[in-house]
Amino acid sequence: MSTNLPGQSRKYESITSQRVNQIPPSGIRRFFDLLASMEGVISLGIGEPDYPTPWHIREAAIHAIEKGYTMYTSNLGIPELRQELSQHLKNSYNLDYDPNSQLLITIGVSEALDLVMRALLNPGDEVIMPDPCYVSYPACVVLAGGTPVMVPTYEKNNFEISASDIEARVSDKTKIILIGYPANPTGAVMGKEKLLQIAEVARRHQLLVIYDEIYAKLVYGVKHTCFTTLPGMKERTILLSGFSKAYAMTGWRIGYAAANKEIIAAMTKIHQYTLLCVPIMAQVAAIEALKSGEASTTEMVNEYNRRRQVMVKGLNEIGLPCFEPRGAFYAFPSIKGTGMTSQEFSERLLLEEKVAVVPGTAFGRCGEGYVRCCFATSLADIEEALSRMKRFVDKHKKEG
Amino acid sequence: MIQEILKILENDARTTIKQISAMTGTPSAEVARLIKQAEKEGTILKYKTVINWEKVGKEQVWALIEVKVTPQRDVGFDSIAERIYRFPQVRTAYLVSGTYDLLVLVVGKNMNEVADFVSQKLAPIESVQGTVTHFVLKRYKEDGEILQGKEEIRRQPVVL
Repeated sequence: MSTNLPGQSRKYESITSQRVNQIPPSGIRRFFDLLASMEGVISLGIGEPDYPTPWHIREAAIHAIEKGYTMYTSNLGIPELRQELSQHLKNSYNLDYDPNSQLLITIGVSEALDLVMRALLNPGDEVIMPDPCYVSYPACVVLAGGTPVMVPTYEKNNFEISASDIEARVSDKTKIILIGYPANPTGAVMGKEKLLQIAEVARRHQLLVIYDEIYAKLVYGVKHTCFTTLPGMKERTILLSGFSKAYAMTGWRIGYAAANKEIIAAMTKIHQYTLLCVPIMAQVAAIEALKSGEASTTEMVNEYNRRRQVMVKGLNEIGLPCFEPRGAFYAFPSIKGTGMTSQEFSERLLLEEKVAVVPGTAFGRCGEGYVRCCFATSLADIEEALSRMKRFVDKHKKEG
Repeated sequence: MIQEILKILENDARTTIKQISAMTGTPSAEVARLIKQAEKEGTILKYKTVINWEKVGKEQVWALIEVKVTPQRDVGFDSIAERIYRFPQVRTAYLVSGTYDLLVLVVGKNMNEVADFVSQKLAPIESVQGTVTHFVLKRYKEDGEILQGKEEIRRQPVVL
């Protein structure tokens, strides 16, 4: 069914739910269609590792299928996986999560985010989050009947969200602070000191914190701080993470939530009525990833770090000043010097030089003036993309 | 830092000094110095290319040869190993544990050439007690590189 007839789309707005109508269409929809029709495009628009899942992990899943692991599992996830995960959180952060009541295996962080919002929000409840941020954050809040409250973050502050800015937006409806570091799209990492200030705000106003650390293992030369480890925060925090980025397992769709048992029970209620469980093969693969995936992760992170340095240096040299990302695999250069908007820049770059980047505005209003370039792509492609971008920037400098 | 540089070069010997400098955040002059030093010290032995010769129709016969030898007083296996590995036909030579002593990889134009090498050169050496020759039927993976059916990256061009 075609939805681009104006009359028709208006007609359907009266049929589709108000909540869905409330979510704006993706800012890059037009982009997708354009991209699909072009050849020879170098895409820096991808938000996933360019590695296939390490072979030992894939092999474990193949073995599981051969052995007939094709059934439903426990709603919470295979006990062995929860056991391994509990051990993993103990080893990484010295945190104790009971595998039988405080962990839930989900279809990626995406499901976990949706579950936690539906489990916690009442109509009108406010959730404070940074702008720019991952596209699902505000959408999940709206779908659950809540109201996202955006806190602008700025390059001059390393795209960190400030505790005082959060506090200034706390109202009697505020229920949750939702943050995720290392961050998509900026690559920002927040240090312990700044997170402690946020913890203080959470404590003072009795707020819950959702901490999305899907990129936790992808940090470069800095230490990742898990919010849950901060004094008094374990009870207040719902920790979300997964296997996609660290183990190059995006297509398996597997992640988890760790929280106190009442919240996990509430989330599990929704999970069991809507999804039952994560596919068993993905769960078996995740067990293998936790047991012996560390070496592959280290190797991938080292390679991302090399590409990161090439990307950041290159962007700065061609006149697109770039904040140094200390985590994830995104560079978020400023394109303000070109006089174009993010959307304009991205579209013209794609049409004129066949390089795909994502306009910063896809991630919120504060993304204006920036584009997201993913460096989880081959070094050869990064270099070619940089040289095309240089041509593009030079050309428009002369025009200007 | 030198280990980081070596890893980059081991993966792609054609990576330029400028690229390595950008990848590691080390000044070019320092990268050049470290590479030169590694070459001098024999840490870097050679810059080579992994080639699938079958693609250009070049016939080659590979054979893995188990060699059982009598070790010699004072020099152990080293002296007899050297006698063998000095032949240019020998691509690789290892001293191994188990039911035989040396594992030798020999490459020749055809089976005759390899057979001749074994019967004329290798087997007659005095301390060689016996050999078992395994002709290679198919090469699947070479120096960490899969020769055929390498995985392609299948990604959507834009994913948030």
